[in-house]
Amino acid sequence: MSFALDILTIAAVSAGAFFFLAGTVGLLRFPDTLTRLHALTKADNLGLGLVVLGLLPQAGSVRHGLKLVGIWLLVLLAGATVSQLIARAARQGGPAR
Amino acid sequence: MTVATILEMVLGAVVLGLGAWTIAARETFAATVGYVAYGLLVPLIWVRLDAVDVALTEAAIGGGLGGVLLLGAAARLRASEPAAAAETPGKIVRLGAAGASVMVAAALSAAVLLLPDPAPTLAPAAIANASATGLANPVTNVLMAFRAMDTMLEKVVLLLAIVGVWSLASDQAWGGRPGPRHQADPHGVFAFLARLLPPVGIVVGIYMFWTGADHPGGAFQGGSMLAAMWLLVIMAGLTDTPPASGRWLRLVLIAGPGVFLAVGLGGVCFGLAFLAYPPTNAKPLILGIEVAMVLTIAVTLGLLVAGAPERSPQR
Amino acid sequence: MTDTTIFGLYAAAAVGFGLYGLITNPQPLRKIVAFNLMGSGVFLLLGVVGRRGAAAGFGNDPVPQALVITGIVVAFSATALAVALLLRLFQTAGSATLRDDAPASASINQSGD
Repeated sequence: MSFALDILTIAAVSAGAFFFLAGTVGLLRFPDTLTRLHALTKADNLGLGLVVLGLLPQAGSVRHGLKLVGIWLLVLLAGATVSQLIARAARQGGPAR
Repeated sequence: MTVATILEMVLGAVVLGLGAWTIAARETFAATVGYVAYGLLVPLIWVRLDAVDVALTEAAIGGGLGGVLLLGAAARLRASEPAAAAETPGKIVRLGAAGASVMVAAALSAAVLLLPDPAPTLAPAAIANASATGLANPVTNVLMAFRAMDTMLEKVVLLLAIVGVWSLASDQAWGGRPGPRHQADPHGVFAFLARLLPPVGIVVGIYMFWTGADHPGGAFQGGSMLAAMWLLVIMAGLTDTPPASGRWLRLVLIAGPGVFLAVGLGGVCFGLAFLAYPPTNAKPLILGIEVAMVLTIAVTLGLLVAGAPERSPQR
Repeated sequence: MTDTTIFGLYAAAAVGFGLYGLITNPQPLRKIVAFNLMGSGVFLLLGVVGRRGAAAGFGNDPVPQALVITGIVVAFSATALAVALLLRLFQTAGSATLRDDAPASASINQSGD
């Protein structure tokens, strides 16, 4: 059982790290603000979500697991809001690029 | 060389690269953004150094509040940038500065490499006396009991800083509301976040303060969390900064150092020394001081970010 | 060379970068940022010293940790005061330069902290 959970952890955290890498590459390579935001959300939402999912079996107790999920939800909330604000500022002709 | 060592080398290189970029970047705004990223990655080094308390403080104050402060200043000073950029010193000055910096860095590196072995440590002394306070977090013990004088004087420094910032107000705005009045779409997503997040953030801030007795956390980390929530509500335009002349505000600002000083003087009156806690009541006294401190820290940090009064108290 | 020593060397380099920026950058806000970078390097050096003093079940000597926490808060208040001074200078003089012969009408006492 614990072996299967370890496999799950390794797989999920690796997948999360991949999304972080892809998101970072996108952030550096995409041409304008909106597409960069698109890349960033992949790292924030999916990458961190998969890392949290992978760490859940290792959390040890339900309380620690809930804390991890709470962190992910807070990052989702903050990330969605900030992306929206940046996108709006970009559309209104703020600091372009 | 283990995987952990390579991880640490890469982490350090990334952090140092960001630090160098804050110096080298052409635009001030970009440099401050780089500083925010730097301030959020340095805590990872602190975690690797096994200093989680410091990591929390550095992330909350160094990266978070300090970042907001510098970003706001950079946005307001943007107009002054071209004139100042023309004053870049000549090649000789820059070479001299580079030489001096390299020498300082080399001396510090030598000092790091030549640190005495075995390293001196006060950790055994801290653990041996931990039972006197009833708190399990050694850092809180040091902050609140063993080196309480430092922490009390630091509260005074915070108070002096806010007095200094407020004294920069112009005559029309004397005793007025700090900073500009923020406007945001009341039905927009930012105002939504400013309504949704503070309840969660306040709970997290109080939790960080409360858990600081036995685990990493404490009054500074919790207080800066509360300050961040307050600033979020102010920046979304849902509330305004309080006028600097407000009586309650001033009471809150002196509550932390005041209670600390009162307890310290109580230690003198009851036959012990200044800032000595009676062993039977040490924990309640420390927690009482910390409650006053967390309020003072939250309000002071928030007002330090808000800046000098700019609008008369009536408006 | 241990992991801790590596961080110590990085911290020394951060102090060097900060010092260079503090001297060469003409903009006061950039000087403040550079000063903060320097301070962060000094804190890290203290952290390295504390890490080497790990004993009695602690991974890091609690006394330097407490000093660094105090230091971070004091550094923040000094930064806030410096930024407030700078914004007031800009508001009064119309420019944010530290030169004596700047084309400014008002004379402001520019003592930093």
